[in-house]
Amino acid sequence: MTVQELPGATAYPAWKIRTDPAPLLPDPEPYRVLGTEAAAGLDRELLLRLYDALVHGRRFNTQATALTKQGRLAVYPSSTGQEASEVAAALVLEDRDWLFPSYRDTLAAVARGLDPVEALTLLRGDWHTGYDPRERRIAPLSTPLATQLPHAVGLAHAARLAGDDVVALAMVGDGGTSEGDFHEALNFAAVWRAPVVFLVQNNGFAISVPLAKQTAAPSLAHKAVGYGMPGRLVDGNDAAAMHQVLSEAVRRARTGGGPTLIEAVTYRMEAHTNADDATRYRADAEVEAWRAHDPVRLLERELTGRGLLDEERRGAATEAAESMAADLRGRMNAEPLLDPMDLFAQIYDAPTPQLREQSEQLRAELEAEAGR
Amino acid sequence: MAQALQRAMRDAMAEDPTVHVMGEDVGTLGGVFRVTDGLAREFGEDRCTDTPLAEAGILGAAVGMAMYGLRPVVEMQFDAFAYPAFEQLVSHVSRMRNRTRGALPMPIVVRVPYGGGIGGVEHHSDSSEAYYMATPGLHVVTPATVPDAYGLLREAIASDDPVIFLEPKRLYWSKAEWSPDAPAAVEPIGRAVVRRAGSSATLLTYGPSVPVCLEAAEAARDEGWDLEVVDLRSLVPFDDETVCASVRRTGRAVVVHESAGFGGPGGEIAARVTERCFHHLEAPVLRVAGFDIPYPPPMLERHHLPGVDRVLDAVARLQWEAQS
Ligand SMILES: Cc1ncc(C[n+]2csc(CCOP(=O)(O)OP(=O)(O)O)c2C)c(N)n1
Repeated sequence: MTVQELPGATAYPAWKIRTDPAPLLPDPEPYRVLGTEAAAGLDRELLLRLYDALVHGRRFNTQATALTKQGRLAVYPSSTGQEASEVAAALVLEDRDWLFPSYRDTLAAVARGLDPVEALTLLRGDWHTGYDPRERRIAPLSTPLATQLPHAVGLAHAARLAGDDVVALAMVGDGGTSEGDFHEALNFAAVWRAPVVFLVQNNGFAISVPLAKQTAAPSLAHKAVGYGMPGRLVDGNDAAAMHQVLSEAVRRARTGGGPTLIEAVTYRMEAHTNADDATRYRADAEVEAWRAHDPVRLLERELTGRGLLDEERRGAATEAAESMAADLRGRMNAEPLLDPMDLFAQIYDAPTPQLREQSEQLRAELEAEAGR
Repeated sequence: MAQALQRAMRDAMAEDPTVHVMGEDVGTLGGVFRVTDGLAREFGEDRCTDTPLAEAGILGAAVGMAMYGLRPVVEMQFDAFAYPAFEQLVSHVSRMRNRTRGALPMPIVVRVPYGGGIGGVEHHSDSSEAYYMATPGLHVVTPATVPDAYGLLREAIASDDPVIFLEPKRLYWSKAEWSPDAPAAVEPIGRAVVRRAGSSATLLTYGPSVPVCLEAAEAARDEGWDLEVVDLRSLVPFDDETVCASVRRTGRAVVVHESAGFGGPGGEIAARVTERCFHHLEAPVLRVAGFDIPYPPPMLERHHLPGVDRVLDAVARLQWEAQS
């Protein structure tokens, strides 16, 4: 029996190149819209919607960081500087779509409409998700790197099998692209033609390790071609460009075109988290250079230059953001009430005899404590 | 047994369209042990899927599928090849229900052919149950009989919690009276079963070691020992009740399993029995386990695997009073 006669084998030679790689390759320069000719054709309403979301997002980031200083949040991985890609990721999705965020993407969840207090539940030190992922269509913020990516693939695959035109958008950092799960997820998605959009936010560092020590690839978007999906390189600080490229990828996924890998080139303006000292691995001058390319400022400049943003609109956006921040502060200042007996809830559908015994032990300890 | 497992999946798939089988070579080939034989033909490749060769990807995709309401039954090709999927298992599958306060249960079954005795080359004979047992949020079950293979797998698929389903590969070919058209009801997950009643000592065992213990019990008759054999079936949850009732009755116990003894399931089981039955014990709870070595090459595996003689030696050592 020859190889070709084996069941499952096809007559097509296995070594033959199957796809022309050229259309899959990213452009060498990140895609930009703001400040270019192309910006003239942009929808005014969309730009203003992005602007409101950016101002809101920036304020959310500064407020959450302030809450860590007051001890109200255990930790906050800030996305200041990355708001354009966070916000665009949320805005390109329909209600039925799913978002799979990493631990840095609280803002994407908030921009999707999640109550900021619910979005911060994990980082406050309470039970992991403060929300129902199925109801919100936002997966739990994933702490282990890249492990949420295969989940996005499985969910998108299941949705497609069910005949639902649901798209999953999964977010990961530049460091996360080195993990095995990144590879496995992209490979599965491409083979299954799953309706998934992978958004890599290349913010320069994985904690302290710069991209050059993370990968030798020409760009992270270039990795796509190896899986047989298109790779797109975008200026992650350009909200309009992000929105365009993400929308295109979502549309492609929704209409059966399969997955896309998008690399958003951006910068993390704050330290990795409040526990990190960024001065040990990067120079102030670098941070300052990126400040000139701030996502909020970029869009504001475009809108002002084209006479689309007046003082009134600017004031309304700031005011809305301030009132969100005040409300968040107020509600985060309330001491959360946790029931220790909740430790034994939801381990299994029904507790094992062993867990029942242990919960009785804790109940007795609590009663003794209360009686003291 | 392989046929009973296959039938369990087939019946579950026929009854419930959300049940999906996935893994390496499970489709056209029917799995390297043919346990999924015919499922792709009958239910289509969307319900019995040959995935790319990536264990974390398989289990990770299953997580997403479960989030969307499916009930994935995942096959890991061999025990040692499930290790790449450990992170998904430990960090997500086992705790998704807990971290989402019940919003995302994980009705996933991970089928793992485990254990030795089939002459497999390295990485084809591990007993990895201790790793799974040490992960809260998982059920860990293992059939030793053909009816249990069917019944336990049906239960595992129906469970809303993730179940590690350990298939003793050297029992795949065991033939027993079993009617696929009228499968007998079995005890539910979490219940141990007395496979042989006896009065002078209890052998606590599971999976591939059950037939070994039954044989040992027969042999021990000549020496005047009437051994009870308890098939644990479910390592998590653990059936303290059945186990302790037996040990209290017999006053002596030996735990028998293939996996390494140090840090192995036997230590946990012996400790539980000792804590609960101390005053009934005539001797310490003994363990008969595999050596604390990486699984040896097939030409030496018979020296490693606990056989009837090693079990009988332990039973002899239960005459504690006489010794001390
Ligand atoms: C599997 C895993 N290994 C290590 C860590 C610890 N860790 C948390 S964040 C991080 C850096 C991640 O960098 P990157 O993917 O670029 O994302 P960013 O923080 O820049 O958004 C590391 C090493 C982790 N969370 N998960």
